[in-house]
Amino acid sequence: MAEAGLIDHTDAAAGIRSRALEGPRGARPRRVLSRRNIILYGTLFVVAVYYLLPLYVMIVTSLKGMPEIRLGNVFSPPVEITFEPWVKAWATACTGLNCDGLSRGFWNSVRITIPSVVLSIAIASVNGYALANWRFKGANLFFTILIVGAFIPYQVMLYPIVIILREMGIYGTLTGLVLVHSIFGMPILTLLFRNYFTSVPEELFKAARVDGAGFWGIYFKIMLPMSLPIFVVAMILQVTGIWNDFLFGVVYTKPDIYPMTVQLNNIVNSVQGVKEYNVNMAATLLTGLVPLVVYFVSGKLFVRGIAAGAVKG
Amino acid sequence: MASVSVRNLDLSFGDVKVLQNLNLDIEKGEFLVLLGSSGCGKSTLLNCIAGLLDITDGQIFISEHNVTWEQPKDRGIGMVFQSYALYPQMTVEGNLAFGLKNARVPKDEIKKRIARAAQLLHIEPLLKRKPAQLSGGQRQRVAIGRALVRDVDVFLFDEPLSNLDAKLRAELRVEIKRLHQQLENTTMIYVTHDQIEAMTLADRIAIMRAGAIQQLADPATIYNKPYNKYVAGFIGSPSINFFDGTLEAASDPVFEAGETKIDLSRYAFSGNGPKPGPVTFGIRPEHIFMDKAAVDEPFRADVEVDVVEPMGADTLVWSKLNGHELRFRVDGQTPLRKGDRVKVGFDPARASIFDAETEMRL
Amino acid sequence: MPSARPSQLFRNLNAKIASIPMILTAVVVFLGGTIWTVVYSFTNSKLLPRMRWVGFDQYERLWSTNRWLISIENLMIFGVLVLIFSLVIGFLLAALLDQKIRFEDTFRTIFLYPFALSFIVTGLVWQWLLNPDFGIQSVVRSLGFEGFNFDPLYNADIVIYGILIAALWQGTGLVMCLMLAGLRGIDEDIWKAARVDGIPIWKTYLFIVIPMMRPVFITTLVIITSGIVKVYDLVVAQTGGGPGIASEVPAKYVYDMMFLSQNLGQGFAASTMMLLTVIIVIVPWAYLEFGGKGKRHG
Repeated sequence: MAEAGLIDHTDAAAGIRSRALEGPRGARPRRVLSRRNIILYGTLFVVAVYYLLPLYVMIVTSLKGMPEIRLGNVFSPPVEITFEPWVKAWATACTGLNCDGLSRGFWNSVRITIPSVVLSIAIASVNGYALANWRFKGANLFFTILIVGAFIPYQVMLYPIVIILREMGIYGTLTGLVLVHSIFGMPILTLLFRNYFTSVPEELFKAARVDGAGFWGIYFKIMLPMSLPIFVVAMILQVTGIWNDFLFGVVYTKPDIYPMTVQLNNIVNSVQGVKEYNVNMAATLLTGLVPLVVYFVSGKLFVRGIAAGAVKG
Repeated sequence: MASVSVRNLDLSFGDVKVLQNLNLDIEKGEFLVLLGSSGCGKSTLLNCIAGLLDITDGQIFISEHNVTWEQPKDRGIGMVFQSYALYPQMTVEGNLAFGLKNARVPKDEIKKRIARAAQLLHIEPLLKRKPAQLSGGQRQRVAIGRALVRDVDVFLFDEPLSNLDAKLRAELRVEIKRLHQQLENTTMIYVTHDQIEAMTLADRIAIMRAGAIQQLADPATIYNKPYNKYVAGFIGSPSINFFDGTLEAASDPVFEAGETKIDLSRYAFSGNGPKPGPVTFGIRPEHIFMDKAAVDEPFRADVEVDVVEPMGADTLVWSKLNGHELRFRVDGQTPLRKGDRVKVGFDPARASIFDAETEMRL
Repeated sequence: MPSARPSQLFRNLNAKIASIPMILTAVVVFLGGTIWTVVYSFTNSKLLPRMRWVGFDQYERLWSTNRWLISIENLMIFGVLVLIFSLVIGFLLAALLDQKIRFEDTFRTIFLYPFALSFIVTGLVWQWLLNPDFGIQSVVRSLGFEGFNFDPLYNADIVIYGILIAALWQGTGLVMCLMLAGLRGIDEDIWKAARVDGIPIWKTYLFIVIPMMRPVFITTLVIITSGIVKVYDLVVAQTGGGPGIASEVPAKYVYDMMFLSQNLGQGFAASTMMLLTVIIVIVPWAYLEFGGKGKRHG
């Protein structure tokens, strides 16, 4: 392949070739420390510091003892590292009602999040599948109501749901909260799944029908196995969303089954006693830990999830 | 005098070498087509010439100036893109004027240039419209216009017709050729994967593969005397017939493949003359004749018809010559059926023979 | 010969059965719940919903309540500022990240991580950072700027800006992500064409790219707005509405009326006003996006 240059041997080419050593050659010279790069990376670095600062402050504060906090400033690293605040936040911090720490809220949140994620994804994926492949009359009307509903402030529907749950006898129970999460997760998830299943080639669906598979057969044997990535995206979306919820937790549950966020707020903002900032920050970090882990582990899938969830239309 | 010269150009992305030691000289007023399948580096080369990609090594001259380090806008080029790349929220006029305004060209000069371009491209009635209100063909005309108003000596086209349907493509192809004829002394470099476009438009074609130029020549040479086996197979549709065999006897050259023996005394060997050994023999389907037309051909043989593909104006016949597949083209009205035995013939002087090992033309 | 045509009702029966949860949610909860709340906002329900009609009484009382007026004012200031700042900062960050820089993934991860956190966590962190005795104010003072004053959480006049800082910290990453996706959706050839035309980068952004990203901006605007109207947890965690009632917001007013003050009617009226706000934003957008189809240009 190196013959290329030999093909053309005109005199003009030879003329230029003789001068080929003069003048600029190769890549444009680029300085690493050009003004553009300094401004670009400088800005990004400063902004990154601003974004990281709160996380840093949370960590250092949670590792300091109270006397050190009263003396120093929030940004100074701990002189003496102590895990006492973490232990206290987890096991013995008081919410005003009881003093068994955030662990209770953590396990409540686990017991709320897992069934809510499973139920909401199960319902929404079937919805999305039905909307994408088994259009029936009126389906799109219901779907439109659902999507519009995603924009209605939750406050408008808070009380009617209280009545519905009370009628069903599950107001104030975990089951009730799981149901609420499944309901409010439905618009975004249904949209997510519908868009995904619509992008699956229709021929595949048709071929399966010709082969005699029915509604559930196609769902379980064909759609489900080939849509694992979107299920992961939905899971990330729901785990972080439900774990971070505060409003539904406070409205639809009772104090002994409050999720972690509600309990955290009660611990930190409780008016009794001396403020223990280090315990507060340890508790805050503990609550933020689950979504943070999900976020850092999932990486690009998280971005895909919020992009899908964000473009609700 | 060369209008565009590429000297020893290297381009790598990390460890991947995209273009290697590439040399190219394009005369003033020449229409050069860079032809190749996707991924061969033809668009990359064009982007390097435009200054949109930083090269790794080598030099680029445009109109005798070393522009290797120049910004695209200072290279004296205009460029037309496959996706048109019109500024969607500006009118056609705005699109044509935007670059000039930025270069602080006087207002009446801008007006004059737009008027000329609009007249050349027949887009005067569209000047006040937005790109979204135009058809694909109209959009591409405007995109050409945007290059035209820059008043430059070198035009770069990056697959400009690939987004258009077949009919529009043929129309605009002629239009571009006419434009080139009208604009004397304007060099055009045109990237395409479509060999018809290349053959019809080019003064010279550079066939590229894996970042290197395989052959640089006028269309007729490329078609009749392909430099290597790749070029022979790439150009021509339906593609050329290849037979693997051996070249016998240096003084009285004969090509042998099984029972088939072709006398090559009429074939013009290049360079060092015939060299005995394994070779590939190529003959284009349109150079093979049938029945009466075959009588006067130096080489004749009987073949059995296998598949008949009528295409209207002509018919492509797939047949077997001593077990080797042989495609040939006959008039569209010829009645032929599977199993027919027919006489075919061709002139070995029109064939191409390649060394089986180096794949170079002999 | 076709056999008797099967009943229309039983066509796709499985799909219909599978869609029952969706239908119930859409019709009973979203549609029914909304209508129910709007209807009961015209009653004098107190501890329990009662169907005693009082016309616009609740609304009159609402709009003469100081706390509600402050909530609305806060929401307006907060909303406008969040919109402007998050769009500008989000776009600038996205544009910076789009310069083919190194460590793009690292920077993006850093800018977006607060979005993964609960508003409660965000509120509490910033409550601590803005603590006048230990936080930013005291640190700056200890550096020698004795007169430095920045205690938004204890100063009724500027408390909403304290919440703004926290909200921007949490939310701009999302805007950046949406903008970055929008920027990446711009045809590469447009940039090339602009370079050949010799148009400076800032001009290309301002006159070509941003206008091309109009749909992305509108969608982002709608998302931010519907988020702003719902803002509740952040305020509860960061200030609890204080000092006094200086940082109250409508969503908190609704909750407090419904579940703390046993004044359901007020809560319904207030939530209906929130609904109205959202409708005012959503309807024109929905019309633009889905309405005059076919008539849209560009």
